Amino acid sequence: MPTELTCIICPNGCHLTVDDNLNVTGNKCPRGVAYGKQEVTDPRRTITTTVRTNSKTFAVCPVKTREAVAKKLIFKVMEEANKTTIAVPVHIGDVVVKDIAGSGTDLVATRDIEE
Amino acid sequence: MINRDLVIIGGGSAGMAAAVAAYDHGVRDILILERTDLLGGILNQCIHNGFGLHEFNEELTGPEFLTRFANQVKERGIEYKLGSYVSSITRDKVVTYSNEEDGAVQIQAKAIIVAAGCYERNAGAIGIPGDRVAGIITAGQAQLYLNEYGYMVGKKVFILGSGDIGLIMARRMTLEGAKVLGVAELMPYSNGLNRNIQQCLKDFDIPLYLSHTVSKTIGKGKLEAIEISQVDEKLRPIPGTEKRFECDTLLLSIGLIPNNGLLDNIGVAQGRSRGSAVNEHLETEIDGIFSCGNVLHVHDLVDWVVSEGKVAGEAAALYLEGKLNRGSKKIVTVAGDGVGYVVPAEVDLEEAPEKLQFKFRCRKPTKNVYITYSLNGNVIKRFYKQTIIPSEMEIDPIPKSLLTEEGTLTVSLTPKEVK
Repeated sequence: MPTELTCIICPNGCHLTVDDNLNVTGNKCPRGVAYGKQEVTDPRRTITTTVRTNSKTFAVCPVKTREAVAKKLIFKVMEEANKTTIAVPVHIGDVVVKDIAGSGTDLVATRDIEE
Repeated sequence: MINRDLVIIGGGSAGMAAAVAAYDHGVRDILILERTDLLGGILNQCIHNGFGLHEFNEELTGPEFLTRFANQVKERGIEYKLGSYVSSITRDKVVTYSNEEDGAVQIQAKAIIVAAGCYERNAGAIGIPGDRVAGIITAGQAQLYLNEYGYMVGKKVFILGSGDIGLIMARRMTLEGAKVLGVAELMPYSNGLNRNIQQCLKDFDIPLYLSHTVSKTIGKGKLEAIEISQVDEKLRPIPGTEKRFECDTLLLSIGLIPNNGLLDNIGVAQGRSRGSAVNEHLETEIDGIFSCGNVLHVHDLVDWVVSEGKVAGEAAALYLEGKLNRGSKKIVTVAGDGVGYVVPAEVDLEEAPEKLQFKFRCRKPTKNVYITYSLNGNVIKRFYKQTIIPSEMEIDPIPKSLLTEEGTLTVSLTPKEVK
């Protein structure tokens, strides 16, 4: 049975239909095809959240998973992130937690904090 | 009094982009005045991703996006003052600001770019019946507390309004362990982007109640529960449809309004977007005073805020060189059927560049329509749209060559004829 999806790759939010043979229609760009296939077979999300810091000025530092992680790992990633405190200075792209929640991708900083 | 060539009010995306563009077009004496302690404006609290697809061709979080622009400002040595609140500007371009270090200061500017962003409609704007209790705050305020200060505003949350900030906060608070009970939207359609309905609500099984509003707040001192009701076609709550939710927090995501007080206070003509009326160079009725970004009209994508900032910065540079004039022939834009507002409000036929852009929002979701541009009643351009929705700003390119005479340019939605 075909699956109806809303593409979340960009703000266009195309309405996609993915049939049983993984043919994607309704997309405005090729990224919609990739997303449609991925979402039906192995849904993934990039997680953005914050971790505590020892900075004087920023209580928390924003972070993200470098790659999208399996949807079922979302809350496990959150749990690990919430146990983490980082030392400053920290820079965009610095690894905060390696291979977070066994997802195969790292949690990285998304803000520069000098002190 | 201090003299400066260009003063930019607001160090968010629009202000930083304007500063960089002005610098790159030869302006050297630039001062950015930013009210908060950080460059980047609202992007500081927008830690989610999805920014920069147009500007940088990659998907960035808000802080990553703003850091790129802040670095461009710093690399050029453009001066900025943080914690600096602008209390007024005059028609003669005197800017009054104050901060802890400088005290109250007046600057005589040659040009001013207002890039002061927008603010959230709050509880006072909609008058919800019921108890006046703690625990009712705007979604953006909750986002600031959580993403910058690191604390949660509640554990059991209901959200009124399906604007993007509300949707983003539904996900964010769910991730942090809160229970988000639902989102009520007054209109029969969502006001957020489709992708946010999917990834912020559907991913977490958060119900969206369309054509519903909060009809009562209940509590003693602190919010304990709310009631929502279905609304009729005139948006009035229907008695007997009440549903009760026990919650400690009600987040409001009920709209954004241009923070245009500085220009409104000196009587600058307004556009229908609640920002100032501007021409194609984003110049207001006052020579050398420009407006761009969310203070001009509320955007959904920061990429378009940035491109608007660049237009204003470049125009200010031209103005300072004495090359930005006003011609005598102009076209005035009008929001026609189905259209809420149009930016720019007017186009100078002599001074406008060859490629023009018109931006507008439709009033309600519409399918199978032409966006029709008519000059003095004659159609000069049509764009077919399968669907058009109010939550997405429409941007159309119109070449100046089509604007052949003075008069009125009406933008309207016309249904495609069914054969």
